[in-house]
Amino acid sequence: MANVVVVTSGKGGVGKTTSTAALGAALAQAGENVAVVDFDVGLRNLDLMLGAERRVVFDLINVVQGVVRLQQALIRDKRIDTLWLLPASQTRDKDALTDEGVARVIADLRTRFDWILCDSPAGIERGATLAMRHADGAIVVTNPEVSSVRDSDRIIGLLDAKTEKAERGERIAKHILITRFDPARANRGEMLSIADVMEILSLPLLGIIPESEEVLRASNLGAPVVLSNPGSAPSRAYADAARRLMGENVDMTVPSEKRGLFTKLFGRRAA
Amino acid sequence: MHSQVRPRPVHFRGRSYLAFALAPEPPVTDWLADLDAAIQRSAGFFAGRPAVLDLANTALSRADIVPLIKELETRDIRIMGIEGADPADFGPGLPPVLTNGRPASGREMVHETSQAKASEAKTPDAKAKPQPQATEPQPASLLVENPVRSGQTIYFPNGDVVVLGSVGSGAEVVAGGSIHIYGSLRGRAMAGANGNAQARIFCRRIEAELLAISGYYRTVDDLEVDLRHRPVQAWLEGDVMLIAALD
Ligand SMILES: Nc1ncnc2c1ncn2[C@@H]1O[C@H](COP(=O)(O)OP(=O)(O)OP(=O)(O)O)[C@@H](O)[C@H]1O
Ligand SMILES: [Mg+2]
Repeated sequence: MANVVVVTSGKGGVGKTTSTAALGAALAQAGENVAVVDFDVGLRNLDLMLGAERRVVFDLINVVQGVVRLQQALIRDKRIDTLWLLPASQTRDKDALTDEGVARVIADLRTRFDWILCDSPAGIERGATLAMRHADGAIVVTNPEVSSVRDSDRIIGLLDAKTEKAERGERIAKHILITRFDPARANRGEMLSIADVMEILSLPLLGIIPESEEVLRASNLGAPVVLSNPGSAPSRAYADAARRLMGENVDMTVPSEKRGLFTKLFGRRAA
Repeated sequence: MHSQVRPRPVHFRGRSYLAFALAPEPPVTDWLADLDAAIQRSAGFFAGRPAVLDLANTALSRADIVPLIKELETRDIRIMGIEGADPADFGPGLPPVLTNGRPASGREMVHETSQAKASEAKTPDAKAKPQPQATEPQPASLLVENPVRSGQTIYFPNGDVVVLGSVGSGAEVVAGGSIHIYGSLRGRAMAGANGNAQARIFCRRIEAELLAISGYYRTVDDLEVDLRHRPVQAWLEGDVMLIAALD
């Protein structure tokens, strides 16, 4: 049974695209057939994060408009055979996406993949509601700060109202993914704690991704972080989150970088 | 039979909504000043809500109405219809003239997004179902089992609202009666919305943005620091809103 999951947040720049690429790659590494779909029409990024930007010929809008078939637009990842990208258009705007067209593409994807991860644009407008429209589940990406959490709360309300499932009176499975978490800053009270975020959003936690420069390095390399540096803290956190998404029970920890002796001895002082 | 080319039927569905009725009284400039005072006291209360202009008390012509609607728009009040006027006097370019409005009393729960299941429980359409009020006993309270999320409004003018979860920052609960929140209150709670000064607000943990009872407002900026994050109740004594810890 295919699983359509929207990666959404309300607020921009919190790590949706990073998380879509990393979770997609981690699921594919676990042997699942995965399509990642870029719904951020006009601001596409997912192709860059997967290093596929020079292989984009057709895009989601071409498929939605029936100009090309789905197979012509899907791009297979060079590193993992079971990971595919359906890119967004960079030159068109989201009005070119029709409800019926998107419904048709998602239905088609369902027949070919185990997982369809939809990278939502920021905001609560049409682009974001189209990305969530056909989802069975949602990953709500949140940074541990007040405005991000409030926007996530808003998006959760929309997930319970504007999705097809919600309109049929069903609930879509929703998870929180906390990204850019910095334990030292949280301890100093400069960020919301995990407990605060969970209390406010009251939904199950899919994972906690630490703030890490590995993430930026990965996007510059055009590889999801789980491939560019599998042993790094954010990679391990994304791999754990992917296993939880597949229904495994994995203890919740905040992976941290292995520190050298020097930082062990002196790193504390800053905290 | 040429039924092959029969046009597809077009479906219309009736929907009814709850709107505020604003009834200007002459002189309109004074009335606008009163309105401004009310808005001052209850910042954001009308903002973006649909409103109907009830002209029964006035003898305003089309030429007067246009500037009045502009005035209201500058206050973020959008007029969706006109009541108490002769449709013949109000042609195109003005909101439609509505008839058959009645004071709100039906069970009402407004979700920000009209698609929501929750919003299906709205005032029954007056025409479609004649006098449902007279035959069905009205529920006196509304139980909300899910958290009220940012951007959502629960509106229940008929009685008490009980929320089992939390009310998020940027969410709002408006009740004719009292409001009971078993989670945290981070958004707005407005009890006694129809002028019931006996209404109270209870919550398990207060971090609210705004409390209101019967039109009297308090932001929680001026809440005593030692009450924050505690279970509290709020009530009116005369025109003073009191807030006290429950633990
Ligand atoms: N765990 C992390 N540690 C450090 N930087 C991160 C982390 N996650 C994301 N970032 C950085 O945050 C920025 C925004 O990330 P990303 O593009 O994934 O966000 P987005 O939610 O998709 O943004 P938009 O709303 O614009 O689509 C990027 O520069 C990314 O490298
Ligand atoms: Mg993005």
